[in-house]
Amino acid sequence: MSQKKPLEGVRVLDLCVVWAGPFATMLMGDLGAEIIKIENPYVFQPMTRGAIARPPEFLLKASAAWAGGYPHNVPGDRPWNYNPTFVSLYRNKKSFTTDIRTPEGRDVLRRLVEVSDVVYENNATGTMEKLGVTYDWLKSVNPKIIFLRVPAYGSTGPYYNARALGVHLEAVMGHSLLRGYEDEDASANTAIFSGDYMAGAQGAFAVMTALWHRKRTGNGQLIEIGQAENASAMFTQAIMDYCLNRNVQGTIGNRDVHGRAPCGVYPAQSPGTAETSDDHWIAIHVENDEQWKAFREAMGSPAWAADPRFDTNAGRNEHYQEIDRGIASWSKELDDYAMMHDLQARGIAAAPVLEASRMYDDPHLRSRGFFREQRIENGETYEFAGPVWNFGGTPVTFDQGPVALGEHNEYVYREVLKVTDAEYEKYRELGWITMDYDKSVP
Amino acid sequence: MQALDDLVVLDLSQHVAAPYATKLMADYGADVIKVERPGVGDVARSFGPFLGGEPDPEKSGLFFFLNTNKRSVALDLKSPDGRAAVAALARKADAIVESFKPGTMERLGMGWDVLHLLNPHLSLISVSNFGQTGPYRDYRLTEVSLYGFAGEMYSMGLTHREPTKMAGTAALFESGAAIAPALLGSILGNALNGEGQHVDISLAETHAGGVDRRHATAIGYQFSGRKTLRVAGGASGMPQGIYPCADGYVDFTNAALRPDRIADMLGHADWLNDPIYQDPQARFNAEVLEAWNANFFVWCLERTKREIWAEARRAKVMCGPMFTTQDLYEDDHFRGRGFWHTADHPAMGAVEFPGRPFIMQEGGWQLRRPAPTLGQHTAEVLAETSLPATLVARLVAAAGGAK
Repeated sequence: MSQKKPLEGVRVLDLCVVWAGPFATMLMGDLGAEIIKIENPYVFQPMTRGAIARPPEFLLKASAAWAGGYPHNVPGDRPWNYNPTFVSLYRNKKSFTTDIRTPEGRDVLRRLVEVSDVVYENNATGTMEKLGVTYDWLKSVNPKIIFLRVPAYGSTGPYYNARALGVHLEAVMGHSLLRGYEDEDASANTAIFSGDYMAGAQGAFAVMTALWHRKRTGNGQLIEIGQAENASAMFTQAIMDYCLNRNVQGTIGNRDVHGRAPCGVYPAQSPGTAETSDDHWIAIHVENDEQWKAFREAMGSPAWAADPRFDTNAGRNEHYQEIDRGIASWSKELDDYAMMHDLQARGIAAAPVLEASRMYDDPHLRSRGFFREQRIENGETYEFAGPVWNFGGTPVTFDQGPVALGEHNEYVYREVLKVTDAEYEKYRELGWITMDYDKSVP
Repeated sequence: MQALDDLVVLDLSQHVAAPYATKLMADYGADVIKVERPGVGDVARSFGPFLGGEPDPEKSGLFFFLNTNKRSVALDLKSPDGRAAVAALARKADAIVESFKPGTMERLGMGWDVLHLLNPHLSLISVSNFGQTGPYRDYRLTEVSLYGFAGEMYSMGLTHREPTKMAGTAALFESGAAIAPALLGSILGNALNGEGQHVDISLAETHAGGVDRRHATAIGYQFSGRKTLRVAGGASGMPQGIYPCADGYVDFTNAALRPDRIADMLGHADWLNDPIYQDPQARFNAEVLEAWNANFFVWCLERTKREIWAEARRAKVMCGPMFTTQDLYEDDHFRGRGFWHTADHPAMGAVEFPGRPFIMQEGGWQLRRPAPTLGQHTAEVLAETSLPATLVARLVAAAGGAK
């Protein structure tokens, strides 16, 4: 029997920027919701389809590959369709363009809200208010609408207006001081955005919770994810330690927060150096005394490892630096994958620390069909990462590749909004029926 | 009412990831029946932080946080009685969540085919390290190996040193957050289609396809042939990255996108008027950058992290002061917003913890009960089934408490 995907029939208006919002709508699109990105050809949201709309080549080269790695290392005719940081989140979405700063654009939005279920936004505080897109307005247009917002620190309190990416709000929630090397200061930390993962995944969950609630009660509603608050769960051990014991935790490097030793990242035989990202490392975690015995054997029972001080977890914890040096002297000459297979066969959690390109060679991910080819706007196909879950009854399909700006104008204006030919012509004259940012946008 | 209070989830999972997903369900109203092994319970009970520092299965702060609003039933799944109880509970559940080693459910006689026959409306969410299929399906992973293999750990840290992980078990919590929409999604799908489905979730894939840089590094490589280097986030722009200040550090990642706001934040800084800083390529000129840094470091070092953040907020500059957990706990903003909540726990007494993950206008987060003690609800839950009283009595006797 043909089954419907869980969110089939749900229409989501996507006013999202950067990562946390687009990740949520990507997950909902994977579950079958129709995601319509509302984009403005006269306004480029920084860090949304790129740092800027038309980045010069030098900027691409100066950026990390995950941000500046455009196809063939050139910006292309429409650079906004090729930024890897963002198009990785644009599958299973539709894009249409309008200018919601104008009365006509706002009217287009109003008509769209009338026939939608969810409006999702994660802009800087004040942006939506300036546009008049408030819950009260949305509700007056469609009483059943679900409006989800993701202010960095919530919509109330002294920090309500603070600007933040994931890396900033994680700093406030403690993450920056809880990670990194034990023997370096915090400036040795790399900027990461795990808070966007948390808020994005939970945003999808929150929308579904509200949809279930609406099914039962008929009521739409406003949902607020204070993104910093939401991210705090990731640091539960540290936060609860303060709550319970007034103990302030600091970084313990790659060691186990639950104290099972040894646990770390060790050098492996490398085909090259870190300068070209060709250094290899293996993560190994020995969880108990039995595993320690097995691990010693895997290392060929070296004399140093027979030290009785290391027989107990407490001893291994106390002397972890000595043990880590010993492991490194063994691991550095060995292939990371060979170590993984050998250690796993002995029941020990070990895996290479994979540089991203190596994922494509991994036989396990290949065997599960994880990677999926998708076509981008220039007509080329590339292998993208797959969905984060495998539904047996309603498999996640990538029906739409990374969506280009304005790719679905025809569909949204004519089929969803059912505008007249005269209206369509008017919008074209206003410059809205386009797949390009206006020339005035840098 | 709470949004999900008509749903029942049978939770056979343990540790961090899957229990975090079922916690979210429970926090928004679902009846989550947590099945634990008699005498031992969820492995998270053996992990700290513990109240007072001494290991005690009823005093784990980790377990406490992960299991709010759930009911605990102690059942031995290897015994016929225990399996009969699970079958009775499965008949009235909307979903089962399990995190056993792949193949375990089949061995216990509770594979997908059996469960689907037992209750066609039931979904089964199987959470494992590498998924239910493939050459690594029996491999172990813990936080560091999970994040190392599948997350973007490789590029975190100093170029000439080992990559560094996130704090604690952040990667497992991220996976848990990703499991939640699949769990609720499967239930929504059931409502549409009239039958449940089996969802196979690989923790590795929740990261390999996840938003925090990994997917972008993979696509960036596919597009350009370039690999992402391991580069630390120290000061590298105008401003960009991490700077020391009077009492710690502040992070100005990507703040330089708006130089006008940086100028506003700094106030009347004469040195900013130097035309050399107006060139968009100035930050790639080492001498210019050094001169800029000389001034900006001083500006930061003369101020505390809170003072700097206040100036940044006023000027709408992106900035993150690095707080300790104590800074966070004592902060008026979060306290004033009701971020902290207090629960009365039978073994731990009054415990403060981060409460709602998000705020719903209707049907939202409530603390109905703190995390359960091991088997606390065995009798209560089994009495709600159609199991014969004699069997219930045997199961309750076998359940016991934590040892």
